[in-house]
Amino acid sequence: MTEVGLTPFLILGAFLFACGVTCVTVKRNAVGVLMGVELILNAANVNLVAFARFNPAFRLDGQVFALMVVVLAAAEAAVALAIVLNFYNNHATVDVDEAKQLKE
Amino acid sequence: MSLSVILFVVVATATAVSAVGVVASRNVVRMAVWLLFTLIGVALLYFLLGAEFAGAAQLIVYVGGTLVLVVFGVMLTAHGPLRELRTKKGEWLVGGALGGALFALLVAMSLQLGSPATAPEGDALPGTGQLGLAFLGVSDTAPDGPITGVPADKATRRTRASYLLPFEIVSVHLLVVLVGAAYLARAKRRVNP
Repeated sequence: MTEVGLTPFLILGAFLFACGVTCVTVKRNAVGVLMGVELILNAANVNLVAFARFNPAFRLDGQVFALMVVVLAAAEAAVALAIVLNFYNNHATVDVDEAKQLKE
Repeated sequence: MSLSVILFVVVATATAVSAVGVVASRNVVRMAVWLLFTLIGVALLYFLLGAEFAGAAQLIVYVGGTLVLVVFGVMLTAHGPLRELRTKKGEWLVGGALGGALFALLVAMSLQLGSPATAPEGDALPGTGQLGLAFLGVSDTAPDGPITGVPADKATRRTRASYLLPFEIVSVHLLVVLVGAAYLARAKRRVNP
């Protein structure tokens, strides 16, 4: 074994994805849930770039869509944090178990 | 054991351990720090794969932008008991089982995939210049080879295509989303006396 194949990257992406899903389901802090979503997006990105490297038909597409995902993740984090801050201002908590309505 | 294998093992182990740290730590500030290490590890993976521009964008946009946003969110909301919310045992059980099942499914799929053991010889990933031209719609982005992994009768060569439209859509989307986020999070004037 002199070079790393495609499968180790896919397995690492699967591991990151599983960690992200566990984080989203388990965390009670809304910001923690957001971090789980970031992990999931990164797992998808690892897969995209790995396929771009190992499949000659996707050499450009993989990188381009990885960059798109990075930008969309930034947008998603901005909106989610704005909602979390709004919720925190109205209810003085960030526990998603107690989140029933956004208004006071 | 060549150098690339050793590097991959080191970086992948660091990334995976940091991801576990994000899930396992209860303190939300520590979760943010573990997430920082995970994102840096993913950026190093991009560098190992030869995608320098994606790795640099990951470092600049993700680590420098998104993570700073998340840390601001942590600092604005984490005080007192909210910093460490405990999760019930049953929720850990359900979440862990869900994550483990998904991981097993994805690993089984990846092992079935019949991966190419080595990267195709002699062609590195396209660099920054080619990516920029593809985004601007100047260069032809149709792949060199036929698309593999699909039935033979569907593996047609694509005609001329560019990423100008997705690029514009994503730019306007980011602008609109940031304006909306600023509107949502604005400081409100108190009406009650």
